[in-house]
Amino acid sequence: MPARLKAGSTGEVPVTFRLANGYHTNSSKPADEYLIPLKLTWDAPAIAPLEVAAIDYPAGKMEKYEFSDKPLSVYSGEFVVTTRFKMPATAPKGARTLTGKLRYQACTHTTCYPPKNLAVSVNIAIAPAQ
Amino acid sequence: MTSKLRFLPALLAGAIMALSCGSTGSVVRAAVKKEKDRRPAPNFTLKDSMGRPVKLSDYKGKVVLLNFWATWCGPCKIEIPWFIEFEKTYKDKGFAVLGVSMDDEGWDVVKPYVEKTKINYRMVIGDDMTAELYGGVDSLPTSFMLDREGRIAATHVGLVSKSAYQNDINTLFGASAAAAPAAGGAVQVAGAGQR
Repeated sequence: MPARLKAGSTGEVPVTFRLANGYHTNSSKPADEYLIPLKLTWDAPAIAPLEVAAIDYPAGKMEKYEFSDKPLSVYSGEFVVTTRFKMPATAPKGARTLTGKLRYQACTHTTCYPPKNLAVSVNIAIAPAQ
Repeated sequence: MTSKLRFLPALLAGAIMALSCGSTGSVVRAAVKKEKDRRPAPNFTLKDSMGRPVKLSDYKGKVVLLNFWATWCGPCKIEIPWFIEFEKTYKDKGFAVLGVSMDDEGWDVVKPYVEKTKINYRMVIGDDMTAELYGGVDSLPTSFMLDREGRIAATHVGLVSKSAYQNDINTLFGASAAAAPAAGGAVQVAGAGQR
């Protein structure tokens, strides 16, 4: 069932991501200048006339790995990234699919994988403003 | 007004780690292959930080540690000081480390890191074509030990121990050439008899 947003308001769309056991990604605010932050972006033409008001990332867990002198800010297991969308009152009502991508770079305790883009697709329904 | 939505798209669950296929991420320790089992290391030409071409084939006659890495790869950074030491110890004995950075941003990020870390071996920026020649290099670090004939004698995927590389070097040099440094006194042995 698609999520419902109301025209003329701001709505939150939380998206849950899950990593397989034994993997971690850098958080949105890595603890090292060379590390690649996790970042969710939405495809502006595909979401228009909705606008992204803010994207809230969870705080990273500070984890110490054998390969690093200091703890790193990472996500592992399940984590939620929430986007707040601004919807104009004139937004056409009905079903929509919002598309975007999650850029991330994952590692295990011995190996790292190149940065990847994960396609994100979310179905919503816009209800008329009241 | 803010409407709170409870929307958890199940389609994303598990998708994030699709890239984990084919690798467990565990430490892989490969022994040096027998000569008959070694295949030629694919040749490539890449540029160093000065824009000079570096051909792998130019290293024929040397034992080469070919290391694919990136600045964003934590485990890679553990190995780099070992490689610096190996280069220092064995450079004059027919050994070379060749680093291949897989950073998309190229020298903009690699050059400052090389300088900061005082990397003493040659570095080039890799590309997809080169990675493909070596099986795709799906994860980092990935290193290949090449014998003097330019054949792949050992492959290491993921962080392995310093002693694993040391053993490779010892084997490829022959026991007599590298036995003393293998015991942990590399720097002292390198200078012995020269003063």
